[in-house]
Amino acid sequence: MSQIVLEMSGICKRFGATRALDQVQLQARSHEILALMGENGAGKSTLMKVLSGVYQPDAGEIRLGGEAIRVHSPLDARKAGINLIYQELSVAPHMTVAQNVFMGSEPRGSFGRVDQKAMRERTQAVLDSLGARFSPDVLAGSLCIADQQQVEIARSLIHKSRVLIMDEPTAALSDRETERLFEVIRKLRSDGIAIIYISHRMAEMTELADRVTVMRDGGYVGTLERSEAKPDRVIQMMVGRPLGDFYQHKNGRTPGAVRLEVRNLASRKIRDASFAVRSGEVLGLAGLVGAGRTELARLIFGADRAQGGQILIDGEPVNIREPLDAIRRGIAYVPEDRKGQGLFLQLSALANTSMNVLAQNARGGVLQHKALRKLTEDAIRQLAVKVPGPDGIVGGLSGGNQQKLLLARWLAIRPRVLILDEPTRGVDIGAKSEIYRIIHELAMSGVAVICISSELPEVIGICDRVLVMREGHINGELSGDAVSQEAIMALAIQSPVATVQ
Amino acid sequence: MNQLFARLGLIKSAMPAAATLQSPAPNRPVEPAMNALSAREMFNRVGMLPVLIMMYIAFYFLTRYFSEDGVSNFMSMANSMNILRQTSINLVLACGMTFVILTAGIDLSVGSVLAVAAVLGMMTSLPQNFPHLALPVFLIAGLLMGMLNGVMVAGFKINPFVVTLGTMTALRGAAYLFADGTTILNRDIPSFEWLGNGDFLGIPWLIWIAAAVVLISWFILRHTVLGLHLYAVGGNPQAARLTGIKVGAVLMFAYSISGLFAGVGGAMSASRLYGANGNWGSGYELDAIAAVVLGGTSLMGGVGTIWGTVIGALIIGVLNNGLTILGLSSFWQYVAKGVVIVLAVMLDKWRQQQASTN
Repeated sequence: MSQIVLEMSGICKRFGATRALDQVQLQARSHEILALMGENGAGKSTLMKVLSGVYQPDAGEIRLGGEAIRVHSPLDARKAGINLIYQELSVAPHMTVAQNVFMGSEPRGSFGRVDQKAMRERTQAVLDSLGARFSPDVLAGSLCIADQQQVEIARSLIHKSRVLIMDEPTAALSDRETERLFEVIRKLRSDGIAIIYISHRMAEMTELADRVTVMRDGGYVGTLERSEAKPDRVIQMMVGRPLGDFYQHKNGRTPGAVRLEVRNLASRKIRDASFAVRSGEVLGLAGLVGAGRTELARLIFGADRAQGGQILIDGEPVNIREPLDAIRRGIAYVPEDRKGQGLFLQLSALANTSMNVLAQNARGGVLQHKALRKLTEDAIRQLAVKVPGPDGIVGGLSGGNQQKLLLARWLAIRPRVLILDEPTRGVDIGAKSEIYRIIHELAMSGVAVICISSELPEVIGICDRVLVMREGHINGELSGDAVSQEAIMALAIQSPVATVQ
Repeated sequence: MNQLFARLGLIKSAMPAAATLQSPAPNRPVEPAMNALSAREMFNRVGMLPVLIMMYIAFYFLTRYFSEDGVSNFMSMANSMNILRQTSINLVLACGMTFVILTAGIDLSVGSVLAVAAVLGMMTSLPQNFPHLALPVFLIAGLLMGMLNGVMVAGFKINPFVVTLGTMTALRGAAYLFADGTTILNRDIPSFEWLGNGDFLGIPWLIWIAAAVVLISWFILRHTVLGLHLYAVGGNPQAARLTGIKVGAVLMFAYSISGLFAGVGGAMSASRLYGANGNWGSGYELDAIAAVVLGGTSLMGGVGTIWGTVIGALIIGVLNNGLTILGLSSFWQYVAKGVVIVLAVMLDKWRQQQASTN
């Protein structure tokens, strides 16, 4: 029953002097989920862009159903039944679900008008088959991200998909939404669609994949059947070396005096938050997406205005009205949305890393380019950022390298309190373990670190103590042996009283 | 192990107490990708210069072909100086516009600001008023009107297109009202006659002023904290705020300097023509925007250079001058200018795509 639908072989692609793909091969079969794994920059996305017609390969062959095909444009790919769902969703927020699903291929009625009725009915049918719980008539922008993703999946199903590629589809989803998405993916598999699933999360691979293809540095490493695809083995193939325990960065820390204390902080979304972080401590902030973790961080940083409460640094009350006040007090905040709120994508690595310390590297407002260059070059080397040089534009870098540059910007202010919001989202395994090490070393040197994360193993692995938030409120605190995935989840989804019962 | 130490070094430098900086590793690895990048960068940096040069040469041959005696003085020193002089006012306005567009804004009011500044300055220069104060009045009037735009954009957070559409219209009316619907003429303006009519080292002051404005703008954008903040605010205002940049102050600066430069433009044109009226400078905002866009500055903000703007302004200058020498009617000149602007930007887009995909 399972047969080869898609076969790519000997694919090569160069960009200038960079060899992005070198003799890569891949096989996707019907009734099967193929996980495509590799670090950021391994060439997964480039390969998928070749497959979906965004890039033209320099060499190699693509066979669909046994026939060699040429994909010159995304439209060609769609006609051939190859659909790609990008990491960044592309629904039009002010159009209805049905209009989004049929965008560009609206069913025509008489006189060339759009057949609204057929469009709605067919959309409804597809949504039903996906188990979606929203109507074709609502505006796409009013849906949550998980539902918007279903709109995109519905769009590809309208076009009789034979191959469906999903690029990190769970990056912005909560656990419950992820579970729903997996059900949909399994259903599509049983319908016979060949699915190529790109992800960094090992747990997703073990849960979903029938086979795993691993890429490294633009080359093909190998393919494993489900039974052979143990996480250790896959990680080893991805990084080319065995990786020691991922989270061995917690030992030997002895928290010092209280560095940051928050008393009864409140806003429209946060109720009465009180806690303290010691210098040299890594405090985890866990909870479901929307529980108010980011909002709390933004209040401390002065990005949003608090309606009440007090913030103390080293025992001294401070008045933080805007981010600049926080920065002057040595508080750094690395936001969750790297591209939207963190980086200046059109600017150079130099501009991005030095943006917070320009005044210190200027005389009378005039920049000292030499000092800035040195600062950037040091940061690039010390954090092992893969970038052509200080003048390289950051928009073209991989997620891990972008995150390191953003981190470098905040390390440059020599923070006393460092707030990290989802520091490893969309970051590959190699960079991830380096970020963990940096966090550990910062704590060792006395920085108070607050780490917001939705990945429970990460929270448990790197944090000394964990606060769990629920509906804008700090619902409980766990430390020592009490920290476990089950305990965190319990606090994240129910009130403490219910936990006791 | 070395790497680990290096990292620890960075971490240490992150502490307030330990200020020692990490010494660089002995051998910097040579990145092969770097050469390719710098070649591409060269390609990007040249920008629209080839278009300017090609147009300059094309007009030489066209004017020679269409002249009666088969001789063209298009490339002569005198005519080249003419082109620069005719370009100077637009270039000054375009420099101010570059600041504004870099912040992802727009300033439609520069033509009207120029008119109001010119009228007020000329009124001041009349013998019964304060002739020697005329020059400061041009500049201060321009600056104040720019600040008015800035307050509304940065303070009240109104869309810049709407704000400057409003001030464009209102200030145009104000210029007519100040001038009482007539042209204020004054042949006797010793305090600033040199500006529009004098030379320095054989080159008109108009060109010197434009060059100075270009240099100041370049210096601010390339060499100051403020310059980098302008790019940051235009590229990603949210990130800029979270980085502690005072976004409002940066926007305020951009609109203020655009107004100030429009005031300079007002002084230049009033001096050149010994007069000012309410119609002065109408449509100048579009030429300034065209110059900035031709220069490769993104209307989305965050990307662009002052050298691009210089080339953009010169392209428009060469076009105006060449078409006039060819004897084309002004109606056709409008058509030709519009076509060239769109074609040039299309060419630029195509060139950038080539540069980024290969």
